[in-house]
Amino acid sequence: MSNPQHLQYTKEHEWLTAAVDGVSTVGITAHAADALGDIVYVQLPEVGETVTAGETCGELESTKSVSDLYSPVTGEVTEVNQDVLDDNALVNSAPFEGGWLFKVRVESTDELLSADEYDALTNPQG
Amino acid sequence: MSSLRLTALDALHRALGATMTDFAGWDMPLRYGSEREEHLAVRTKAGLFDLSHMGEITVTGPQAGEMLDHALVGFVSALGVLRARYTMICAENGGILDDLIVYRLREDAFLVVANASNAQLVLDELIARAKGFDAVVTDDRDTYALIAVQGPESTAILAKTTEADLPGLKYYAILPAQVAGRDVLLARTGYTGEDGFEIFCNPGDAEAIWQALTAAGEGHGLVPCGLSCRDTLRLEAGMPLYGHELSTDLTPFDAGLGRVVRFDKTTNEGAFIGRKALEKAAAEAEAHPPRVLVGLVSEGKRVPRAEYTVVSADGAPIGRITSGAPSPTLGKPIAIAYVDAAHAAPGTTVAVDVRGKHEPVQVVALPFYKRAR
Repeated sequence: MSNPQHLQYTKEHEWLTAAVDGVSTVGITAHAADALGDIVYVQLPEVGETVTAGETCGELESTKSVSDLYSPVTGEVTEVNQDVLDDNALVNSAPFEGGWLFKVRVESTDELLSADEYDALTNPQG
Repeated sequence: MSSLRLTALDALHRALGATMTDFAGWDMPLRYGSEREEHLAVRTKAGLFDLSHMGEITVTGPQAGEMLDHALVGFVSALGVLRARYTMICAENGGILDDLIVYRLREDAFLVVANASNAQLVLDELIARAKGFDAVVTDDRDTYALIAVQGPESTAILAKTTEADLPGLKYYAILPAQVAGRDVLLARTGYTGEDGFEIFCNPGDAEAIWQALTAAGEGHGLVPCGLSCRDTLRLEAGMPLYGHELSTDLTPFDAGLGRVVRFDKTTNEGAFIGRKALEKAAAEAEAHPPRVLVGLVSEGKRVPRAEYTVVSADGAPIGRITSGAPSPTLGKPIAIAYVDAAHAAPGTTVAVDVRGKHEPVQVVALPFYKRAR
């Protein structure tokens, strides 16, 4: 599983794009989507809501489990991915692309991982 | 890195890219790809399962039948040769220690299949309970690998690998046969709610049999299936899972499965372990059933899961979920729950506390799914 080099990552398996006009896109990694299995319910923060880095801002439910979604950044949500709300399977099929979750105007971030650091975290044997 | 037990098919699972999981100390395939697609394949075509974690115990000897009548709640000695029965082993106080399938292989030989999580306990209990009987209890957990083919296409697929008389093999029957040229015990049993077969084989033959079935399944839509879809398949079929619907705190009557307790046994003068407590439990269940096992269906998307509380319309706790999952067949979340008898009638609207929010659900009769015959 390859984690795109241009993204940053959290230990809770979210990814974040570099900000464009102050706005970053957030999703979960392929590793996380794969570990969850078929996703059947996605709850996202509302547009206009302020999310806080390191705190839960939604949840993802799969056949076997429920997982909290942690925000990698603090800031105001500017957009949520309606396609994912309509078709949860997008998170499984295209976690780094069409399966993005929400966009946020970044005020501050937690400590984030590079793609290589995240690789090392999820695949310790290399 | 771990002390998990590996099945004879471990290398194959890894080659197929399976996501593995620790299940009762075994490293088992959870799913190979999408568990939803695996589930639907079993409902519409066929699925191939490695169930080698199941615990096989053989009981042989002139008094094997009488011994099992004493040890289990079923009337095992009345079982015809090459037939099978769903039964349970209970404690003296009536609590369920495990649910089992017992196959009668010969007049004087029975194959008992226990859940992986309880296999050691069942083995120990059977050895203890055999005392005084002319019967020998053998741990055959390492003697057999177990492969299942389940789904409407399973007969057509299996027929390509065996000369055995498949139409003649009735539901809940077993037959010594050859599959892919290897000696096996071929049973028409399963845990999916579909027609299908379970193949007990030598672990050294498991890979050859799996490969032969995979080849035979081409064009029939056969896919390898993991334990994740096995769980949703059995849930839709309303089949209990030990540790969820069944436990030592419950009698078969509590679980709505009192029919497995055979007070009409004629062997051992009708005595068997747990009889006294179970007679009391039967009378109580008849007079004032405490909680009743029911199905719940949600119109929402959030899934009622095991251990969630069931609440009445006014928010009072009235029960507990034992299993829950999104149902691939129904396209909505389903659950099994123990609910107070007053709220257990099909059609009743109750709610489930899903992490603080009350999601409305409707009580339905089990099973959620029954195959057309």
